[in-house]
Amino acid sequence: MTGFFQTTVGMPYGWAWFTATIVGILVIALPLMLAVAMIIYADRKIWAAMALRRGPNVVGPFGLLQSFADGLKVFLQETIIPSAANRGLFLIAPIITFTVALIVWAVVPFDAGVVLADINVGLLYVLAASSLGVYGIILAGWASNSKYPFYSALRAAAQMVSYEVAIGFVLITVVLWAGSFNLSAIVLGQQGHILGILNGYGFNPLLFPMAVVFLISSMAETQRAPFDLTEAESELVAGYQTEYSSMSFALYWLGEYANVILMCVLNATLFWGGWLPPLNIDLIPWFDIPGIIWLFGKMLFFFFVFSWVKATVPRYRYDQLMRLGWKIFLPLSLLWVFLVSGVLMATRVGF
Amino acid sequence: MGVAHFVKSFTLWEFVKAHALTLRYFFKPKATINYPFERNPVSPRFRGEHALRRYPNGEERCIACKLCEAVCPAQAITIEAEPRDDGSRRTTRYDIDMTKCIYCGLCQEACPVDAIVEGPNYEFSTETREELIYDKAKLLDNGDRWERVLAANLAADAPYR
Repeated sequence: MTGFFQTTVGMPYGWAWFTATIVGILVIALPLMLAVAMIIYADRKIWAAMALRRGPNVVGPFGLLQSFADGLKVFLQETIIPSAANRGLFLIAPIITFTVALIVWAVVPFDAGVVLADINVGLLYVLAASSLGVYGIILAGWASNSKYPFYSALRAAAQMVSYEVAIGFVLITVVLWAGSFNLSAIVLGQQGHILGILNGYGFNPLLFPMAVVFLISSMAETQRAPFDLTEAESELVAGYQTEYSSMSFALYWLGEYANVILMCVLNATLFWGGWLPPLNIDLIPWFDIPGIIWLFGKMLFFFFVFSWVKATVPRYRYDQLMRLGWKIFLPLSLLWVFLVSGVLMATRVGF
Repeated sequence: MGVAHFVKSFTLWEFVKAHALTLRYFFKPKATINYPFERNPVSPRFRGEHALRRYPNGEERCIACKLCEAVCPAQAITIEAEPRDDGSRRTTRYDIDMTKCIYCGLCQEACPVDAIVEGPNYEFSTETREELIYDKAKLLDNGDRWERVLAANLAADAPYR
């Protein structure tokens, strides 16, 4: 696209690159916001259906406009800042959460070559940026100067750190197998991974347990049920969001769901073949369907799983959460790093 | 930890079973009534908004005996009475404070002439508290509005009184 702005519009290289990047960001961020609105609606619908309820069905056809109505309502409300709160941090915290939820999308490949920043250490960038997300929550909890948000922030910090350890080891197995930190290269490495037929590391019996661990850890990482201890409404009112209102609250809401979508996309990208169709045989014209449709479909499937889990299981107790993270996932993923590297040594390098 | 327990917990067996259950529920018909468009049936004995009824010739039934005022456990009813010009005893004031009313139905049980009744209407929320203090005109208006249903409900319930 930089070339387009250079030749057709006639800009110097610097400006052409800048304009192309801005356009690319908008092309990703604006549909993402729309997707977040619809995914909130989908979440409520799925959750309701599993509880034998109907969910939102009044605003617009089938209630499709519910999220926009909520957004408008929230937009028109007053932003209340508690008098004892630290104003600057209080206001900057939701912005951090929201921004961090967006910047990770820069390295997500939507199709072969369709990625905003095709950097070599894409996966490290994802880890680094998603770890920053916890700052938004900690700052919110501290700056609110209120008990429950503070508890929630402490929980969030411990929880995200614990599960990032497990996620790190899971990612190492994927990186070992793909031999690259670049997300596009990881997706391409999955093409025909099993007998040249199935696209996806998740189909590999050795890596499948890691796919499950990653799925569960990504629920913990995005603080979805059953790991939603940070906003456990029966204990902590609304957790770190308690003191927030209006747009600052909406930013948390958007950021949280943007993170959830991101984790769904990462699940699809790292283990289930990203933009590739699940089968590598061209019986039906799989590959004529644009890759972004495949990615979107896989994202929707994983989002359904997220909602499904939310509707099914009760919340973990805090010690159970820590036990799962440190005493099960960590040793398990560590063992799997050992196994995977052993298998790779035996098959690719030889003894 | 036995082997069975170990296998069960590492294959997430209980979770898979629970998710199969919720997936079955996902496709079940919804239990929720689509309220403003669908309604549950209402029993003839339903105790909703109050109404003061009239005889078919238009004469109001209430004879100001004040039994309902006396029996009302929430003391929501206020009645003042005077003889009318033609000498019959009628109320000059009949107020029900709907914010106090507990919808026990004792007033309609006490009434000897079936004047005060609780109708089938349950959609009378208001935006101000004042609008919930009903006076005689409002109650008579309710009676005129709902008379057909009220009469039918009283007739349906009559064999059991």
